[in-house]
This record gives sequence, structure tokens and C-alpha cells, in this order.
Amino acid sequence: MLQVAVSKRFGSFALDVRFALPTPGVAALFGPSGCGKSATVNIIAGLGSADRGRVALDDEVLLDTERHIDVAAERRRIGYVFQDSRLFPHLSVIGNLKYGQRRAAGRTRVSFDAVVHLLDLESLLQRRTQRLSGGERQRVAIGRALLAQPRLLLLDEPLAALDAARREEVLPYLETLRDRLAIPMVYVSHQFDEVLRLATHIVLMQSGTVVAQGGIGEMSLDRHLRVLIGPDAVGAILDGVVLGPDAKSGMTRVGVGRGELMLQCPATIPGTIVRVQLLARDIIVSTQMPRHLSVRNQLEGVITEVAEDDANSDLISIDIGGERIMARVTRAATRELALAPGMSAWALVKSVSLRAFPNA
Amino acid sequence: MESTWWLSASEIEALRLSLSVATRSVLLCLLPAILLAWILTRRQFVGRTLLDALVHLPLVLPPVAVGYVLLVLFGTRGPIGSWLQRLFGIELIFTRNGAALATAVMSFPLMVRAIRISLENVDRGLEDAARTLGAGAVDRFATVTLPLMLPGVLAGAITAFSAALGEFGAVITFVSNIPGETRTLPLALYSALQEPGGDQAAARLAILSVALGLGGLLLSEWFARRVRRVLGR
Repeated sequence: MLQVAVSKRFGSFALDVRFALPTPGVAALFGPSGCGKSATVNIIAGLGSADRGRVALDDEVLLDTERHIDVAAERRRIGYVFQDSRLFPHLSVIGNLKYGQRRAAGRTRVSFDAVVHLLDLESLLQRRTQRLSGGERQRVAIGRALLAQPRLLLLDEPLAALDAARREEVLPYLETLRDRLAIPMVYVSHQFDEVLRLATHIVLMQSGTVVAQGGIGEMSLDRHLRVLIGPDAVGAILDGVVLGPDAKSGMTRVGVGRGELMLQCPATIPGTIVRVQLLARDIIVSTQMPRHLSVRNQLEGVITEVAEDDANSDLISIDIGGERIMARVTRAATRELALAPGMSAWALVKSVSLRAFPNA
Repeated sequence: MESTWWLSASEIEALRLSLSVATRSVLLCLLPAILLAWILTRRQFVGRTLLDALVHLPLVLPPVAVGYVLLVLFGTRGPIGSWLQRLFGIELIFTRNGAALATAVMSFPLMVRAIRISLENVDRGLEDAARTLGAGAVDRFATVTLPLMLPGVLAGAITAFSAALGEFGAVITFVSNIPGETRTLPLALYSALQEPGGDQAAARLAILSVALGLGGLLLSEWFARRVRRVLGR
């Protein structure tokens, strides 16, 4: 468990954050630029100071201003991947990778070979760091941080300096890291797409404070998050269980709540848990059992809430058996169908608009 | 008198002595210069501006004044000089070590300046990265900061070496003008000018001084360029 409760004043800006992350897990520190995300991870790493507060990782207190405990950054064993990679220009790739490993002698959790293999670094080892692309630089930076055998890995917008194609190139490595190494991570980002794929927890920050936090499923429909990511990105993020392939369509059947979806899925082995995103804008609500439709995916449930979204549309929450999803419909449709809490409803969604990702 | 461009034995001796004095001078300066450059760049403390001014003082003082101060402090009866002689048997007056001390004090600001510039260019973010990888203060300085500023240190050393070869006033005031012991190139040049018919010897020594100085400056510039290339700037 990582526990953070710190405050600091920077001129007119006040940082005051509190959150807890179960370990292992990936907590996304998510919020607009300038909300204090980087300052927070710097305090966790020991690179920045706090006016008051406490940081504890598992049983060890790293910072406690009241008890005058402040473990030096170099003894915290917290890995840090910077946005600008910060590879040592006077060392080769292998020199960079070994830098932290040498200083962590005697407590190997991840071996050199394992890291090189995991991040596909074999062909880069002898290269000078100036000769690396942006994506390669970040992979080396991640490897270097891992080889220092950290107990916690901080990633401060590691993909922000990369273009979309490079980002797609590095993201799968981060997913692998999360799934294979079980090392707790704090991932700073203002790109919801990265958070959606990597995080198990979201800590939502705004102007120096934490406005909401929780597991990604419950947080996916949070009011503050909805405002931050904009109407088109709002949607339930659910854990689904792979049931097996659908012979006719070539797609995969995935169980969510009491229902079943058919979609393109990265995993096909029955029993695998995947993360499924159902965007609110792509869901159609019906009050009757639908027939004669091309839509393959029909989830039956009960309306739990009808909330105003903007001037012309409402967000309808539907319980589909222990899980909640949200659909955006026009105000006119809400009135015409007289949608209200307690009603039975069917949520319809096209397979092509569903996205599934490997789960932690 | 026969005209020749070959150096005479005493001139070669002056050249060798100059090189020896300049080398000692640079070795004497190097560690204190790195330390002072680091303190002046990285530490905030009361009196920093004063320390900075003190370091740069030899640049603006008349060299003869520096030689005089050295004479007062390091002379046989001076507070530091008598102490050095009693404890270590080190003689500075009229010796090449004394000449090295005088040139060291004079070229010290040049070296500190060059090292400071290279240190200011070292990205602090890299030192932070080294911290998160488990490197303590001395470790980070030795493995990250120093290698990154090393080309600047070398450039500073070359500049200081060139300046040491040319130092006149402080040397002649502090350790006098003794052939074979303290008569370096500029002192030999000065002595040649004092002698009747020494014009040609003076010309030879002047050309030699120009060549050495120019070579040093070019070498230093070449190092500076290398830094920028190695660090990809």
C-alpha cells in the first residue's frame, strides 16, 4: 500500500493531496496540466520537498514531517521514468541500463536479461543514446529504472513527448510490465486513453487537490472525470470474462454483468478477464426487448438514474447485474420513452464500437 | 654577430622550465578550481559574491601586487611560508615551485571560469535521475557531473596552462629572475631585451611565446567544440 498525504505551497499555488494505492496496482494521477501531478510524484520520489505530510510505502515511512523522517531519494528505491527520459549522454545504452543495477547489487528482483527481453532492447544495447528515437529512448529509460530494482515505479507522462505512432509503440510494453512484473506504479498522465489502458486506480487531481479517487471501474463514470475528459470519451469501463469464440462471426463472446457481448478481443482463452469500454455515446436505450435489429449486443438491466448531461441530452445509468453502464440519449428521447429510475431497459451497442484491452 | 633562428641552450632551458612551471601550476589549481566552481555554481550562502570577487581578483590586480602579497604571505618570514618550511621543508622563494604558485594564483580565475561555464551547462535533471537510481552525492558527482563537465575542465586547464607560460609580473616579484630556476620564457625575453645585442634572442623567444599561446587557445577551442558534439548540442 502506498499512502500519500502531503501539502506544499508554491507561491500562490497550494498543493494538498491525499490518496492511497493498493500494491501491486497502477494508479493514474490524472488531471489537467498544472494541477500538481508532477510535483506530487517528485515528493514521493524524494526529489521535491513537502511543507507537511507523510509518504509511506508498505511498512516503511519515507517521509513524515512531524517525526522528522525524510529518507534521501537515493535510498528510497523508487524508480522514476521522466517525460524527457534523461538518459546519460556520456554512457551507451548498456551503460545507462547498468547504472542503477550496479547500485542495487544484492537485491535482484528483475534480471538484466529479463528486462532486455521484456522491452526488446537487444538491438539497442551498444548504441549511443543520441542515436535513439523518442520511443526507444523511453524504453531504455523504463529499463534503466526497472533494473535499479525499485519497490515502486513512478512514470511522469512518459509518452507525452512522443507522437501518436510512437505512443502506440511504447504502450504495449507498459501493459506487459504491469501484467508480468507486478510492480506498483504511479502513472502521471493527462491522456485518458493511456489511463484507460494501464490504470487499475485513478486519482483525479484538479488545481492542487484530489477531487476523486477509486478503482477504474467505479471511477469511469465519476462526475468529475466526465467533465475532464469531455462527452465523447465518457463511458463505463468494465471487467469482462472471455466466454469463448463465436464461430459464426469470428468474434469473441465476453460476459459483462448478467449479459454477454460480442467483440474483437485481444484474448480468446475462456476465463481470461479483459477490460471493456462501452462509450455512452454509442449506446442505444430501448424499453422493450428489441427484435429485427442488426445489433448483436443487447444488455438487459434496470435504469437507476436519469441525469442531465447538457442542454439537449441526458445520461441514463443502467444496472446490468452488479455493473453500471451509462448511455447518452437526447432529452426528447428521454421524454418520449418516459425513462425513469426503476424501469427495465435494454442497452444496445454495435460490436464495432466496443473496445477491449488486456486487464491487470 | 651571426644571425640564427635556432634556440640557444639557455633559451631551451627557459622553455623547459616554463613547461615545468606551467604543468605544476595547472596541477596545483585543478582540484581547488573544480571545488570552487562547484561551490560558486551550486551553493547559496552569505558571502558568495565576495568569494566570487576574491577568486577573480588576480584578473584585475597588477601582477606585481599579487607577487608582493605572495611575498608577504609565503616569504621565509611570512605566516604561511615559515610554517611550510618548518613542517614540510618546502621553500618557495627563488624556486620553481614558488614560480608555479605565482602562476597558479594568476591563472586560477581563468580556470574557475571555464569550469563554471561547463558546470552550469550540466543538466540538473540528469543528477536527479542518478539519485533515483541510487547514486549518493559523491557518487553522482563522480559518475555523472564530472564526466559531463570534463571537456570544460580540460579546456580550462589548457587555457590556464597557456596563461601560466606567459606570466611575468607575479613571478619576477615573488621568486626573482634566476636562470635555470625561475627564469621562464617571458623572464628570459625580458632579460634578452636588457642585454646589448639581445634583439634576435628576444625575437626568437617572442615567436616561441606566440606559437605556444596560439596552440593552447586553438586546442582549448577544439575541446569546447567536442563538448558540444558529444553532448549533442
